[in-house]
Amino acid sequence: MSLARHPLAQSQKSQRLDHQRHDFRFLQIAGVGLFLALPFIFASLGLTSAPYILDLLSMIGLYALLALSLNVILGMAGLFHMGHAAFFAVGAYVTANLNLTYGWSIMATLPVAAVASGFMALLVAFPVIHLRGDYLLIVTIGIVEIVKIALTNDIFGWTGGPNGLIGVSRPVIFGYRVVKPHDFFYLIWLMVGISTLLFHWLENSRFGRALKYIKEDTVAAEGMGVNTTAYKLMAFVIGAAWAGMAGTIFASKMRAISPESFTFGESVIMFTIVILGGSGHQKGVILGAFLVMGLPELFRQFQDTRLLVYGAALVAMMIFRPQGLWPPKPRLYRLPAPYDQKYPGEEKLKDGDRSC
Amino acid sequence: MLILSLSSVTKTFGGLVAVAGVSLGVERGQIAGLIGPNGAGKTTIFNLITGSIRPDDGHIFFSGRSLAGLKPHSVVALGVARTFQTIRLFPRLTVLDNVLSGCHCRLVSGVVAALLRLPSQRLEEKLVLKRAMAELEFVGLAERWSAEAGSLSYGDQRRLEIARALATEPKLLILDEPAGGMNERETANLMDLVGQIRDRDITIMLIEHDMGFVMRVCHRVFVMENGSLIAEGAPLEIQTNPRVIEAYLGRQDD
Amino acid sequence: MAHFVEQIIFGLTVGSVYALIALGYTMVYGVMKLINFAHGELFALGAFVGYIFLVTLNWGGLLGPALAIGCVAIIVCVATALAGHALERVAYRPLRHSDRLAAVVSALGASIFLQNVIMVVWGAQYRAFNASLLPTIVWRVAGQSVPLIRVFVFLTAVVTMAGLYLFINRTRFGLAIRAAAIDQGAAKLMGVDVRKVIAVVFLIGPALGGLAGLLVGIYYGQINFNMGQMYGLKAFTAAVIGGIGNIGGAMIGGLLLGLLETLGDAYISGAWKDALAFVALILILVFRPTGILPERVAEKL
Repeated sequence: MSLARHPLAQSQKSQRLDHQRHDFRFLQIAGVGLFLALPFIFASLGLTSAPYILDLLSMIGLYALLALSLNVILGMAGLFHMGHAAFFAVGAYVTANLNLTYGWSIMATLPVAAVASGFMALLVAFPVIHLRGDYLLIVTIGIVEIVKIALTNDIFGWTGGPNGLIGVSRPVIFGYRVVKPHDFFYLIWLMVGISTLLFHWLENSRFGRALKYIKEDTVAAEGMGVNTTAYKLMAFVIGAAWAGMAGTIFASKMRAISPESFTFGESVIMFTIVILGGSGHQKGVILGAFLVMGLPELFRQFQDTRLLVYGAALVAMMIFRPQGLWPPKPRLYRLPAPYDQKYPGEEKLKDGDRSC
Repeated sequence: MLILSLSSVTKTFGGLVAVAGVSLGVERGQIAGLIGPNGAGKTTIFNLITGSIRPDDGHIFFSGRSLAGLKPHSVVALGVARTFQTIRLFPRLTVLDNVLSGCHCRLVSGVVAALLRLPSQRLEEKLVLKRAMAELEFVGLAERWSAEAGSLSYGDQRRLEIARALATEPKLLILDEPAGGMNERETANLMDLVGQIRDRDITIMLIEHDMGFVMRVCHRVFVMENGSLIAEGAPLEIQTNPRVIEAYLGRQDD
Repeated sequence: MAHFVEQIIFGLTVGSVYALIALGYTMVYGVMKLINFAHGELFALGAFVGYIFLVTLNWGGLLGPALAIGCVAIIVCVATALAGHALERVAYRPLRHSDRLAAVVSALGASIFLQNVIMVVWGAQYRAFNASLLPTIVWRVAGQSVPLIRVFVFLTAVVTMAGLYLFINRTRFGLAIRAAAIDQGAAKLMGVDVRKVIAVVFLIGPALGGLAGLLVGIYYGQINFNMGQMYGLKAFTAAVIGGIGNIGGAMIGGLLLGLLETLGDAYISGAWKDALAFVALILILVFRPTGILPERVAEKL
């Protein structure tokens, strides 16, 4: 996003900054292109470990999707929500049930999973949405624990108890059956891409601004006319609906789901992806997914100590870089005429170096 | 015509009576001042009007409509905007974003419009930027639109709070110590600004400790002490009211 | 009905352990307004330090049960107190003036770190305490069976808490802690050394948590690296039930939660036992965030 600047007011420094930003954007596009070409590159190299790597990248994508959805609640609205795995679970189990019992196709269950998770979020968040900060955090932990216990106890006979549900089918999209690692790679990262775009629009809208005000100061936001309760609930519902869809994909990718995949620990992972990457910044969140899900795989030989290092890294991050690795920049608008000519934006070096 | 009326409004905090049966009315188009010693219950009155706290007893009417049970955001939507005694901007957001928060309640685009980027939503966004910039020009902060609100000087932050409140398109603007912490020049500018706001047909109610400011700006002054209204009238009447002198001005002389 | 009294005794035993752990949460929250997620791990650490001495070094066999448990309890308290002190210095002190969120995440990170330190050192499998540490005496009182071990755990916890209660309520330093818990800023103005209060709170809380870990090890006979997670969440629930920041409340909350769980287990459903605590937690936070004690009592405690 570039600033509206008067051509004459543009200083040397700002030109250089703009220039750097453009270079950076080009690098980003090139990076995404290269990333999407990976399956072909692997195939042409005849890489034997390609399925494993693509599988890992799909998993990272899935967690990126989950973290992006959590980012709406935690990053944009600033609500300490550590029970996201509960909504993920609802989506996965709704899909598995509809598919196994009623023979629905996976893609047909996707919207149902979204609605079910969103509805569940509305139900559980409504009574607790007024709680401040860390109280909300504790309640959401309670919710995810209760959901896990419910899943383990085969609630309503829907969840298969501790063993879960087995035999979920693969998604079929326009007659194409998604089976191979590279199929899932594209399906999941396509969803990440679409979600990023939609959430970007959401963020840069009246709705997104309202969430930002709530995050900064809920009392002041309410005092300026934002219906804070309603907006917090909406953030919860949207985030949960997306987590539900991630659940659909997860169920059909794994083909089997069980309560172990939806624990407090999973919620913590999603939470830390958002915080480490850069709460409120989607690119940062995706980066966070790569780090939190990818790095441990790189250090598999240190399997015992990697979580230990992860814990220590979290502490160190909070001390030295609490805003995350790639935090959001303040939003800068392109002013409409005639203001774009009259009022060039301020020089903001601080943001310039924050952008890369 | 009364735009705001309070009838025997009472509020207690854990046994302490903050506001005791206060009744008052503000005429449309007036600039009304609310004065009194610290702890007299002035800010509590403002909090009651704007819905951040609820009265234990009594009624508050705005434009003939009862405000009972309304949350602050609904009160804003009806046309009551406020600034805070201790500045309460969004310090890490830009000046423009702060004003846009005031515009929020006059816009309609929702989640679906945002997710689908409907043309109506984009048009609204464009218009709201103009609206916000106009409000910034009005208070003289347009050049600083992209600065972080927290980086502004104290006086500018107060002006920004006013711009943000004006962006809600209020009929009644409530200012809690607008001149607090301002130097003489800034206070003089503020007086002009308050006059201009009044010229936009916005009724103003303000708390202020700067007596010169109150006496010069206000049409009508209400005096509170210990949660009760002890006098009301034109500034000149108030200045010569023995009860006020004893309770308020006299105390200041100690 | 015969069964009922035994359930009560069992509930009080479990509850007294919750109460011991809850004290650490509530004291830290009271003074720092921070949920010390790593507290459950300090509790687990206490169990494993006890394991070193009682099992690996077999002090139980060498010194006899009474002396061994006494010595080991002191060692465990000192060790976990030191660990708690280190935790505060490294993970929390640098964040005293930053966002709440940053402190919460740091606490989570410290919790993950400690849990995995325990796992790396002692492995992921369950570790067994010597079963014969305490003689398996079961008294019959009016037709009810009262096992020695339950009485032992309950009394140890209660005596420890009584000591803490006296310290908090009868000493100058206890007064300083209470003052800092009510209002840190005001306490500072009144000459309370808040840094020192925080340091001491991070010695006492972990020591009590570590002692609870030792008791759980002796009582259940087996321990595991991630035992701190569930106990931690439950104990936190107990602290919330009693009114977070309220020391007397944490004790009562712990006992109540223990009773609720064992009775729920016995009379409602064993499988849903763990959910009860969390349902209670949510209900209390929604309807009575200050805890179940009447406010005036809460203030006095």
